[in-house]
Amino acid sequence: MTTFTLNGEVRSVDTDPETPALWVIREQLDLTGTKFGCGMAQCGACTIHVDGRAQRSCTTPIASLEGAIVTTIEGLKSADGSLHALQQAWIDQQAPQCGYCQSGQLMSAAALLAVNPNPTDADIDSAMRGNICRCGMYGRIRSAIKQVAGASFYNAMEGSQNG
Amino acid sequence: MGKWTRRAVLSAGVVGGTGLVVGIAVRPGNPTETAGHLVAGEGENLLHLYVKIDANNRATAILPHAEMGQGALTALAQMLAEELDADWDLMGFEEAPAETEYANYTFGRGYLFKGIDFPGAVVPTVDGLMLKLSESLGMQITGGSTSIRATGQYGVRIAGAAVREMLKRAAAKTWAVSAEEIRTAKSTLYHDGSGRSAPYADFAAAAAQETPSSTPQLKKMSEYSVMGQSKPRHDIPAKVDGSALFAMDVKRPNMVYAAIKRTPVFGGTLKRVDERAARAMKGVIDVVQLPTLSAEGMIGSYSAGDSVAVVADSYWKAERALSALTIEWSTQGNESISSEAIFQQFERDISASTDRKNDVVIGDAATAFDNAETILSADYRVPYLAHTTMEPPNATAEVSADRAEIWVGCQNPLGFRQHIAAELGLDFDKVTLHNHFLGGGFGRKSNADYALQAALIARAVGKPVQLVYSRAEDIRQDFYRPAVHSRFKAGLDAQGNLIAWHNTYVDKHEPIEAPLIPYAVAAQDIGHVASPTHVPFGAWRSVDHSQHGFFTESFIDEAAHAGARDPYEYRQSLLKDKPRMLAVLNRVAAEARWSVPMEEGRGRGISLQESFGSIVGQVVEVTVSSGKIWVDRVVAVIDAGYAVSPDGMKAQIESGIIYGLSAAMYGDITIENGAVAQSSFADYDAIRMHDAPVIETHIINSGADIGGAGEPGTPGVAPALANAIFDATGKRIRTLPVMNADLRTDSESSPSVAALTR
Repeated sequence: MTTFTLNGEVRSVDTDPETPALWVIREQLDLTGTKFGCGMAQCGACTIHVDGRAQRSCTTPIASLEGAIVTTIEGLKSADGSLHALQQAWIDQQAPQCGYCQSGQLMSAAALLAVNPNPTDADIDSAMRGNICRCGMYGRIRSAIKQVAGASFYNAMEGSQNG
Repeated sequence: MGKWTRRAVLSAGVVGGTGLVVGIAVRPGNPTETAGHLVAGEGENLLHLYVKIDANNRATAILPHAEMGQGALTALAQMLAEELDADWDLMGFEEAPAETEYANYTFGRGYLFKGIDFPGAVVPTVDGLMLKLSESLGMQITGGSTSIRATGQYGVRIAGAAVREMLKRAAAKTWAVSAEEIRTAKSTLYHDGSGRSAPYADFAAAAAQETPSSTPQLKKMSEYSVMGQSKPRHDIPAKVDGSALFAMDVKRPNMVYAAIKRTPVFGGTLKRVDERAARAMKGVIDVVQLPTLSAEGMIGSYSAGDSVAVVADSYWKAERALSALTIEWSTQGNESISSEAIFQQFERDISASTDRKNDVVIGDAATAFDNAETILSADYRVPYLAHTTMEPPNATAEVSADRAEIWVGCQNPLGFRQHIAAELGLDFDKVTLHNHFLGGGFGRKSNADYALQAALIARAVGKPVQLVYSRAEDIRQDFYRPAVHSRFKAGLDAQGNLIAWHNTYVDKHEPIEAPLIPYAVAAQDIGHVASPTHVPFGAWRSVDHSQHGFFTESFIDEAAHAGARDPYEYRQSLLKDKPRMLAVLNRVAAEARWSVPMEEGRGRGISLQESFGSIVGQVVEVTVSSGKIWVDRVVAVIDAGYAVSPDGMKAQIESGIIYGLSAAMYGDITIENGAVAQSSFADYDAIRMHDAPVIETHIINSGADIGGAGEPGTPGVAPALANAIFDATGKRIRTLPVMNADLRTDSESSPSVAALTR
């Protein structure tokens, strides 16, 4: 039995302790916003927060979450249901295409801004390089992060510098 | 997206009392006089149902395309709203169900006959044949960059305009005025003379009784107010909070999970499987052997070899148990084939040029080469490429003796449904297919192999099954962009002018015009030889343009440099009779500030490519230092005739460029011992945030026939990149990917410097 806090609620699961958290969250706890992309921590689609830090859930044994505070994309909104500033920025920049990687992208970006509200381009590169987007929306994702950070960014929509 | 049942579609007409579904006969004219004998009676019943209006005056576009991130459904809804004069705030869309009624004949019409003006009398024949063809082939395809230029232009706009006319006629009868006196705006009918007005909903039911015109008056570009606007995509809010439903998010009562392994050596068959260790593992339910499956794909038939699946009560357990199987495959003599051997075969077949078939012959190439001052030759190669959609192939199936239900994300729902019915031996009507958002498609999800496997496993275990490919299985069991070898020869006169062009390459697929060049070269001989391999191939974003764009736009650069000419001006001089292409070329050079010199170690390359009805120019800027390369910036210009959603078009170009750049930089599927050697993002990587260039996209609305946007961004980036590398280093990239090339300068690669940098 592993007990942890998931999106503010205490949850207990009884399963093989080696089971990756990804599959427990998706199959047993029915939160499907966290995605399977590779199973080897190489693409970032499964990124969640464990005690505030971005972590790949596909290689996180469920037993390692004992007592942890876990947040998934479903828990990124405020308690009152309003969007996280990054989620609104993602909409403003029209960042998602297929959308499959975006839960992981948002979780990585949210973990970055939580500890570094004014990231440089190098900080963004470093925090986001584990997240692949095969639709290639890196420019818009970078712009959305900068929008929230209040930094100047290249606006692909307008074709000009913003902020 | 709303759920559809077959009954709801077939009872089209008035639904929900005051609501309305309007059936639009896209096929113009009455075929009975001119071509009735060709289209037959049943063709008459095929209606395309694109529009419904509810009691709250909300209009919904029902669209026969899948949403895989390209945003086409929002743009198509804009096209409908424009012609319907619908209030955008009251406009929604749904993906059409996988029903024959929604066979997208407009795909075939637009794909095969685009730009051809048929005489009026022949149109019903052409369209009738396309209707029959699309129905019988189960075409409900999202691919070929056709959603806007085919479905939108030939179907959706006509539907919108026809419905608007029907609403006006219905109101005219009630108001006892002439329909011509009625105007429409924002989902409202107005008769200014009497001061009357009414929302569309008031006349929706009456309008349903009107016969739709197949040749309604369409708006001119100057009249557009919804088209041409960057409307936020309707699917995006659900994609930022985890609520968007992909096929893998489906959960059925008592559902179990399957992991699968197909013969790694293509064409192999299953000899024997030792299942004991796997079956002994906790949670394992069954081990299922599957036969080789064959079906029709977007660019030809394909086959998926023998497979073994493990079914368990969780996906992770199924995947672990799969690796505990001991499987013996029969490799059918393919076990020693390697990429090296394949490229040797290509080289041999091009050199022999037996049964060389011509794409184009212009002038007398042999004489032109005899007269040439300089002859330039080069061999180019590109490797196999996998698609690696972020969402690995997966499907959920529930199969009983007499019916089947499938949940999938695919690029051809109707075709998948037909294949599944055939494979299970069920009537088409007994198969229900639910299509979901695709976590990437790029051509991969036009082949039904993964859905067929899910259906067969579900039938074997008698429970709902969710089949999910591991990333390794996805990479090793793809339908690959073919590896290609292409040989070029160019003849230049004393001034460096290009006077002769000769090209032979292996294997021709689609589109047929991909190897052609737009340049005015008086003598051309372009042809191909067949050189089949055992590696399965399929449509990969931009299909044959993905390789030929790299080849031709690199080799024209070589010709320019051989003639000591600027590559941009060289292209200019060869495009005097192609004003659209010239305009794109000039614009991209201007936006990229082509004439401004770059500092040492940096380079700039240009490309120009027409594909899928659109012209794209690109300039790539790179920095190369100590053999390392940074792609700093890409400037792109697209003339797709008209941008229905400018930001949506820019997003597609950005996406196409990164997809093409991933392949150009890192994409290398190699064959070793008959099988694919790569198995993960570690050995088949993609562009990531830190190596993604800034992309600036500019749009030209030339007013030409509308072209595609999903694919045209991809072909031009590899050659512009290779040309930029040449500009920076003097090294010519003729084989992709770039990561395999040594980009160090001579001094950097000298033994002493190499030792220092190691």
